[in-house]
Amino acid sequence: MSTLEIRDLQVSIDTEQGNKPILKGVDLTINKGEIHAVMGPNGSGKSTLAYTIAGHPRYKVDGGSIRLDGQEVLDMTVDERAKAGLFLAMQYPVEIPGVTVANFLRTAKTALDGEAPALRTWIKDLRSHMSDLKMDASFAERNVNEGFSGGEKKRHEIMQLELLKPKFAILDETDSGLDVDALKIVSEGVNRAHQATDLGILMITHYTRILRYIKPDFVHVFVDGHVAEQGGPELADQLENEGYDRYVTASAAAAAAAGN
Amino acid sequence: MSATPATTDTTAGPLVEPVVRPGSTGHTDGAWADRPVPVQTRSERFASTDPAAFPAVTGREVDWKLSPVQRLRPLIDGQLDGSPYAYLARETPGASVEWVGPDHELVGAAGKPEDKASANAWSSVENVLLVTLSGDEASSITVGRSGLDQTPRAGHTVVHATANSSGIVILQNSGAANLVENVEIVVDEGAHLTVVSVQEWDDDAIHLSTQFATIGRDAQLKHFVVSLGGSIVRVNPSAHLAGQGGDADLNGVYFADAGQHLEQQVYVNHDAPNTKSRVNYKGALQGDGARTVWIGDVLIGRAAPGTDSYEQNRNLVLSEGTRADSIPNLEIETGDILGAGHASATGRFDDEHLFYLESRGIPEEEARRIVVLGFLSEIVQRIGDQALQDRLQASLEQELAEGARARAEADAQHGSSRAAAYTDKLPGSGPTPTAAGYAAKLAEAASTEGTV
Ligand SMILES: Nc1ncnc2c1ncn2[C@@H]1O[C@H](COP(=O)(O)OP(=O)(O)OP(=O)(O)O)[C@@H](O)[C@H]1O
Ligand SMILES: [Mg+2]
Repeated sequence: MSTLEIRDLQVSIDTEQGNKPILKGVDLTINKGEIHAVMGPNGSGKSTLAYTIAGHPRYKVDGGSIRLDGQEVLDMTVDERAKAGLFLAMQYPVEIPGVTVANFLRTAKTALDGEAPALRTWIKDLRSHMSDLKMDASFAERNVNEGFSGGEKKRHEIMQLELLKPKFAILDETDSGLDVDALKIVSEGVNRAHQATDLGILMITHYTRILRYIKPDFVHVFVDGHVAEQGGPELADQLENEGYDRYVTASAAAAAAAGN
Repeated sequence: MSATPATTDTTAGPLVEPVVRPGSTGHTDGAWADRPVPVQTRSERFASTDPAAFPAVTGREVDWKLSPVQRLRPLIDGQLDGSPYAYLARETPGASVEWVGPDHELVGAAGKPEDKASANAWSSVENVLLVTLSGDEASSITVGRSGLDQTPRAGHTVVHATANSSGIVILQNSGAANLVENVEIVVDEGAHLTVVSVQEWDDDAIHLSTQFATIGRDAQLKHFVVSLGGSIVRVNPSAHLAGQGGDADLNGVYFADAGQHLEQQVYVNHDAPNTKSRVNYKGALQGDGARTVWIGDVLIGRAAPGTDSYEQNRNLVLSEGTRADSIPNLEIETGDILGAGHASATGRFDDEHLFYLESRGIPEEEARRIVVLGFLSEIVQRIGDQALQDRLQASLEQELAEGARARAEADAQHGSSRAAAYTDKLPGSGPTPTAAGYAAKLAEAASTEGTV
């Protein structure tokens, strides 16, 4: 069985004010087919975790490990991680001038499969994935994310998820900025991918409303660079009612105790 | 009124850093920055067809100071061969080309030399190549030159689009050259003309080209400068919007390799009501001593209320040891305009672009290739001639592949800092790629072109 295993992950970034630790020992294990929701206050390091798994150069790993089926992900380049089966749906997808969606996706698919997809089935595939996410066919000829609305960018991310068929997907606030209809369309896409390939999912979110569509097996509370609490779906409802106060206070107290 | 110069010197620095946004380009050129208003407005620049009327070129002049003047001496001051040369033309009905005398009525219709080299060429030519577009249907003509040699030579071409005609003229340059020339572009009332000047010269070629356009009432000129090959290539296009409702769309794309000097000084003169101009030049620099210069002057004159103008230049720096100068300059003499703006940016790869592509499984070197091609293609795609676009796209891919190969070789030899920059990008404790290993990776990627 496929497993993504994060152990004692410590990550910092270099800022103008010097090195700043952000992840302070993250432990998290995701098995194939499981859906994990990660919730936590702004700035607690959720996106940092997502980007670090994907290998963004800005983040410096100071310790710990990320293993995919026993293989050290931290030793892999960004593209090797994708080839190993990791996918990140970004909180803020990037616009790339002069590069069409069709070209981009075909290049990505070719890189992942090691051979170019057969032209005929490829075009059909692309069309059907686009229409599944209610994206007009004209998007294929537009430049990657250029001039896309916030919601269109998110749909484009999930379209890629379905097309590229990873083993594990990290969804960084894919639900943010979506209207009710788009939320449903995007959630259905995630659920399709989940069923089709028994995808393991790490879903970062601020809102319980997406959990109505995508049912998590586990919920993690992320505070101050680590997992402060984990539980089942009921934990999400509790957070919705009580907020993060309790964890933030506990974390601050622990930090103060450690400092003294 | 503003003058925003920008010079970016990249003799050092990391391989990858974010593209500099407009207004925050590298170090600036003091002589321009300290000058709130141009000393002399662009329209008052001295012009003459007589080279003797110009003072000796010192290399300190505003229009020469960024050029390698010493290597241009034979073209600026020397004796020039002004005889007709061999050309190859392919045209559709409605387009024609012929040699005419220098006393032809259209000679001088679009402008007069504003520098000594241009005047030297003007006064040296025995014949002028006249390209005419007429007729009601859109027509096209490609005029190719590839049989020139190292002898300093003068050229003069007049492109004339008669009233309400439309079409495209492609001036295709390859082979050897040591050429200084004037190209006049006369766009009569209501005509829609595209002119593409393609410089794919041999590595040691030298080419100075002044291209003057005059654009009549409700006429449109789309102009493209594509400079890829040559040792020194300096193409200076100007557009005189002389008739009401005229439209100038001036574009350029250039790719400077090691030791190449590619320069363009663009000038738009809004001189009639409700005229529009867009200037958009994009360049890439790769290899030791790759050098580009872009100067963009826009003048919105008193006679040009309702002007709509925007100019921009963007340069992508692909390796160390390159230098890009980018100097937009806007003069406004009337208060009643629709819009006027400029932008200039010179910088490295945008990390975020590369990361996005790589995170979808695309290897780093291919991601770079895609980003650069996308950046430059934006100009090529607007030419409007599919065959030429495809060919230029392929040329750009080749430039990139050759550059990557050269870089890989240089890195393998010097064990340079590039590998270090690369490892910096990798979080985690993975094995450190050696310079040679990285070079091999680059070379491997370079040879996988054409998978897109
Ligand atoms: N480039 C940077 N420079 C300075 N600080 C940064 C940088 N990138 C991230 N940080 C800081 O790291 C911390 C964690 O940021 P991160 O984006 O991971 O938070 P998050 O949990 O995803 O927040 P949100 O819920 O708002 O998306 C924040 O305090 C943020 O300000
Ligand atoms: Mg975030």
